[in-house]
Amino acid sequence: MISKEEVLHVAELANLKLKDNEVDGFVSQLDDIVTMASQLSTVDTEGVEPTYHMSDTTTVFRADEGKHTQTREELLENVPEVQDNLIKVPSIVDKEDGE
Amino acid sequence: MNFETTIGLEVHVELKTNSKMFSPSPVAYGAEPNTNTNVIDFGFPGVLPSVNKGGYRLGVMVALALNAEIEKHTHFDRKNYFYPDNPKAYQLTQHEKPLGHDGWLEVEVNGEKKKIGIEELHVEEDAGKNTHHGNSSYVDLNRQGTPLVEIVSKADMHTPDEAYAYLEKLRQIVQFTGASDVKMEEGSMRVDTNISITPIGSDKLGTKVELKNLNSFNYVRMGLAYEEKRQAAILKNGGTIGQETRRFDEKTGETVLMRVKSGADDYRYFPEPDLPAFNIDPSWIKEIKDSLPEPAEERRNRYINELGIPEYDAGVLTDTKEMSDFFDETVKYDANPKLVSNWLMGEVNGYLNEKKIGLLDTKLTPEHLAKMINLISDGTISSKIAKKVFQETISNGTEPEGWVKEKGMVQESDPAVLKPMIVDVLDNNQQSIDDFKNGKDRAVGFLIGQIMKKTRGQANPKVVNKILMEELNIR
Repeated sequence: MISKEEVLHVAELANLKLKDNEVDGFVSQLDDIVTMASQLSTVDTEGVEPTYHMSDTTTVFRADEGKHTQTREELLENVPEVQDNLIKVPSIVDKEDGE
Repeated sequence: MNFETTIGLEVHVELKTNSKMFSPSPVAYGAEPNTNTNVIDFGFPGVLPSVNKGGYRLGVMVALALNAEIEKHTHFDRKNYFYPDNPKAYQLTQHEKPLGHDGWLEVEVNGEKKKIGIEELHVEEDAGKNTHHGNSSYVDLNRQGTPLVEIVSKADMHTPDEAYAYLEKLRQIVQFTGASDVKMEEGSMRVDTNISITPIGSDKLGTKVELKNLNSFNYVRMGLAYEEKRQAAILKNGGTIGQETRRFDEKTGETVLMRVKSGADDYRYFPEPDLPAFNIDPSWIKEIKDSLPEPAEERRNRYINELGIPEYDAGVLTDTKEMSDFFDETVKYDANPKLVSNWLMGEVNGYLNEKKIGLLDTKLTPEHLAKMINLISDGTISSKIAKKVFQETISNGTEPEGWVKEKGMVQESDPAVLKPMIVDVLDNNQQSIDDFKNGKDRAVGFLIGQIMKKTRGQANPKVVNKILMEELNIR
């Protein structure tokens, strides 16, 4: 059974703010989904290699050549606030962890 | 109560590529903000990444140079987190199948050799750069997507000095592969450390504390030494160590609490669906292995055993790849290796320290240095004149042979030219000859001075000395 705390934790990780009256609804919905998905764990996968990708193609490399595909002006067009060609965002100093 | 320290290091190294790891944007240090970016770096909806073969190759080079096993079947994973310097809200990395594992390097601390294990190496993308003013932060995405290789050591180190030696050795090994500049001051090498202490004899490891903001190897050593003391004091007083991240304060030499870790970071890794799985061809690995440049250790041994360079000097010459490459090139122009080594360690290093620049920032070329050394060896110029030639060629890139001729600096070594001048000087200085005969050696110095004056300092002192003694003895 998924707990209310788990739902709130996942919401926080996903940067979602749930209203108090929404939480219970998500608890039951997520629980249904997890219960359905967990049926898979009844399959015996002993000795089976994990599938990391569905595609038949493997090992597609790009040659190391640098090129410009868009201009800075085009890219900054959708940025809410630009200053001196930098993307302006609310201060993140408090959370800054020295990169 | 005595304690045992355990240290592990995570080192990020920027790989020297033309383009980013997962997008074709150019990579260049110090470009105008947000110019080396595209829709992939900005995380626009619907864009697809692609893997840079050059970046992966450099990662494999570093792994091979560190004696690691290369993973044959790999894929990329998403590491999810929100931060403005990473607009797509995940970093592409190799979480589950890192490109290399189980490597090692050897350090020497207090005369004792020790192997330090490398757990794994993986390639990943760097984030953008943030600056802060007032109530806002400003993001430049030029660095977003730059290829990195992260090198995770085993927790094999037990003193701050061992950690320092590990970093020095790692920097040297990576630098000699040519895969990265590995410059702490430019951020192309970054170090995070984990340290814990536990009472000696205890079979339980202590609580890990993470140290950040370590901008030089020396700060790493100082930060770790401070932590050892801080943690020991807490444990001796019956306290417990918190699982936390601390920052090194360069001004006080202390570590400061940044945040308490409330459990494992929740990055929700999963395989990147937009990139296929990768099979790394063993023949490609072999080709990369065969193309690895000669490592520092081998160069050092070659200098000592084949070129007769003293051990200490060989160590200095192989401290950086720049210097070692320059030495090798100069020797190729038929200059005497010992003389080349002396010049590089003496005059050249002195010049670099004085100007606070790197060897490649000067106009000195291996060819010019070799020519200048050979001009001294064959007696064309005196070692005094050589200092002038050196300043000219390192500052202005002037070709020494032509310059010496043009400036009339060629040393006079021809006895047929020198002898009449010497005879002339002696004829005019009977007093000095008498002094010499009476055992006053200083008279010789005076006479040589007169001859040098007459030749404007260009007489070969060895030849002058020989002729002068002959002439004095027959008078």
